Amino acid sequence: MSTRQFGRPLRRLEDEKLLKGKAAFIDDIEPAGTLHVAFVRSSFAHGRINAIDVAEAREYPGVKMVLTAADLGDYWQPGPVLVPPPPVEGAVFHARTQVPLARDKVRHVGEPVALVVAESRYVAEDARDEIFADIEPLDPVADLGRALDPEAPLVHDDLESNLAAHVRQTKGDYSAARAEADVVIARNMRYDHGIAASMENRGVLADWDAQGEKLTIWDTTQAPIPIRNGLAGMLGLSESQVRVIAPFIGGGFGPKIMMFYPEEVLIPWLSMRLGRPVKWIEDRAENFFATTHEREQLHEAEIAVTRDGKILGVKDTFFHDTGAYDPYGLTVPINSQCTLLGCYDVPSYDSEFRAVFTNKPIVTPYRGAGRQHGVFVMERLLDLAARELGMDPVEIRRRNLLQPADFPHNHGLIYQDFTELTYDSGNYPEVLERTVEAIGYRQFREVEQPRLRAEGRHVGMAIVTYVEGTGIGPYEGARVTVEASGQVSVATGVGTQGQGHFTSFAQVVAEQVGVEPDQVRVSTGDTAEMHWGTGTFASRGAVVAGNAIHAAALEVRRKILDLAAEELEADRDDLELQGGMVGVKGAPDSAIPLGDLAVRANPLRGAVAPGTEPGLESTTYFGPPGGTTANGAHAMVVEVDPETYAVEIKRYLVVHDCGTVINPLILQGQIQGGVAQGIGNCFFEELVFDDQAQLLSASFMDYLLPTATDVPPIECDHIETPSPLNPLGVKGAGEAGAIPSGPLFAAAVEDALGDPSLELLEIPLSPNRLFEVSRTRDDGGGA
Amino acid sequence: MANQARFPVRGTINGEEFEREVEPRLLLSDFIRHELGLTGTHVGCEHGVCGACTVLLDGESVRSCLLFAVQANGRKLETVEGLSQGDAPLHPLQEAFREEHGLQCGFCTPGFLMSLLPFLEENPSPTDQEIREALSGNLCRCTGYDHIVNAVRTAASSLRDAETAGAE
Repeated sequence: MSTRQFGRPLRRLEDEKLLKGKAAFIDDIEPAGTLHVAFVRSSFAHGRINAIDVAEAREYPGVKMVLTAADLGDYWQPGPVLVPPPPVEGAVFHARTQVPLARDKVRHVGEPVALVVAESRYVAEDARDEIFADIEPLDPVADLGRALDPEAPLVHDDLESNLAAHVRQTKGDYSAARAEADVVIARNMRYDHGIAASMENRGVLADWDAQGEKLTIWDTTQAPIPIRNGLAGMLGLSESQVRVIAPFIGGGFGPKIMMFYPEEVLIPWLSMRLGRPVKWIEDRAENFFATTHEREQLHEAEIAVTRDGKILGVKDTFFHDTGAYDPYGLTVPINSQCTLLGCYDVPSYDSEFRAVFTNKPIVTPYRGAGRQHGVFVMERLLDLAARELGMDPVEIRRRNLLQPADFPHNHGLIYQDFTELTYDSGNYPEVLERTVEAIGYRQFREVEQPRLRAEGRHVGMAIVTYVEGTGIGPYEGARVTVEASGQVSVATGVGTQGQGHFTSFAQVVAEQVGVEPDQVRVSTGDTAEMHWGTGTFASRGAVVAGNAIHAAALEVRRKILDLAAEELEADRDDLELQGGMVGVKGAPDSAIPLGDLAVRANPLRGAVAPGTEPGLESTTYFGPPGGTTANGAHAMVVEVDPETYAVEIKRYLVVHDCGTVINPLILQGQIQGGVAQGIGNCFFEELVFDDQAQLLSASFMDYLLPTATDVPPIECDHIETPSPLNPLGVKGAGEAGAIPSGPLFAAAVEDALGDPSLELLEIPLSPNRLFEVSRTRDDGGGA
Repeated sequence: MANQARFPVRGTINGEEFEREVEPRLLLSDFIRHELGLTGTHVGCEHGVCGACTVLLDGESVRSCLLFAVQANGRKLETVEGLSQGDAPLHPLQEAFREEHGLQCGFCTPGFLMSLLPFLEENPSPTDQEIREALSGNLCRCTGYDHIVNAVRTAASSLRDAETAGAE
């Protein structure tokens, strides 16, 4: 084998283009004659549409078309259910999906009710201001905790209540465990997640070629192939007539998944109607309302433990806010339910959730995708149990960790991919002990913290652990081709939004084919290059697409060796692939450039033997039997100002295990970026709604993303426990950094304040909120 | 208001002259991207917070989404495309971002580069804290900033080396 490409911290191959400003993002693409779209959106969370007056807008100079729902005819259809309900016995699920333009009723602020197509975006927005949408406001469902009250208004009038789903999953006998327990801790908790806030907003550009009867769509989607298949069906076209391209995308993090957003469905239709390219680029304000969120869950949770800290069982009942529609099924609350169990041996579990419609924007996965909520509940329960038992919080975790011999560990619960939640591999004690060691836990507890306390400083430390289900199916595919130039091309169907796929996938191929990674041209997110696959989500790109690429590369390697053995009249086992050549080991003069071999494999005369294929190419698929489970521990040191409740993060440390690592540099970036989003979620970012379900923090001046002065340097360490579920041994890493920050932050701040009666059972915790929680408690009001 | 009066705007961008007639309300960011066709400058928020649209106006970093194109009349603009034109090697600042993995999706990156150029000119040997403060006007959602801080440190060092070599 030549130089190992796999596992190298290779500098990214896509960077030059990005750094020179030459990478094409969606708004950089503009075919001649492009028309531009602006949407009229509801300013009420809940209301009845009486009339929409578009007469003046239609007359506006430069306007090509103005539409309301009534103009869409049969094309007006609710969007598809993207993820059906899981096969859990007794599960209730009411699917209500978003519509292209609201008619009769609006169900959240920002829901589109009309659109204008014009010669420029400026004119489209001018004309939009001439449209009067007469909407009669209705009482909104703004409070998750009261959405199921009998007197609550109905988000969907045809349902009996605002219940979107009800799922209960159990393992073991929790009642028996509770009866046996020495201590039961029960608390209510609230975890509110925020928005993805990708630096690039969404956008769609469609260009109908009437002569060629082909539709090209550029879309900021994480999943171009499902979008192509769905749109072809809706538009009455063959799938081969529709090409969806996900160009360079400025961050995804979940909400750019195959949503069939109203804009995604309407722009291609408009291009076909008008015979011109049509473009819509979301602005930042729209991104706050019209792109999906992740949000709040309210948990009533309890843990039953023995006197020596052994978990006997956990019970959790929660409400999940799904927003006005639920196209993405139950992925988020199922993730919360299944991730709660964490790294621990939990013999009994009784978990029940109700997903609830509210008059707020739609909830779908955003980095972590509900896992945060579950991890928060479990980790906080453990901290409280430790406090009650007078035990060190690290010690209670240590006593309950699953051990290396416990894998595979089947929880018997149905996970988001509809398989049984099974942890494939891991070394949880090693991860925890490395964290304890690296952060200097003992030294801090025994020496530093007492010294700092004596100085009047409020410094605290916490450690939490988590498991992340990653790399789920169903499958991905890849085509690897050695071209006549000697370059190797790789096509995969997943979209890419900054994860470094152009580099890590090239490394996977280079490893097998014996070329330098910069000789490998990776194409992602273009259905013309690869039209089988699902998309980039659930930390699955490296795992599922990576293994499909690996399998295709192995097959191409086999073809190279077979043909070269024939050409060189040598034994296959005597051949080596190196430097873009294949030759007999120890006889460099014999070597044939791979490009020449590719030409010989695709002759213009003679015959290709029956049963063989021309070229040095393979298309291969990989479908994992189940998701892989990554895991890790995070540690944090904070200092709190007891007057202002300003919190300074002094250290942040991650020990992570995501199996075999393809590119440690890229992995490091994924972890650090995730942690920054986690920190934002704990402390800075908050979707503030008023009692009319109006979003009050819908700009970057009010919704605060962490900046370089807010995020501390993040120390990372890794262990590699390969996954047995795929040949590369890899596990997903995209979401891990963002998952456990909430309970970590709460525990570290509690520890810093050093008041045993203070319990922080909610996220986010801005300084204001910390102040309020502490004051309420001081006044005897109870937290 | 359609068909507003148009005003001339002329100046230089990355050393080349331009001359256009534009509506007075046209944002500088839209002018650069859609009139001049330099799409390396990105638009992230259009309210002056994210910094993705940062360009240099007479050598100073500005948010092009908070200026009108007519305000650039008679002035000198520089965008990310000016850092290394055509097949020229990357500018040391760009090279440092590549070396330290200071970008992921890359959408915010041109804004970071254009904010950092005048910063490193004024402060060739910044401390990490100074670097973080200089970066705090630009939002990045992917990296967590650590690798960007490393990139700025690396860039400062190679720019200093180049300066010393040039002086010798």
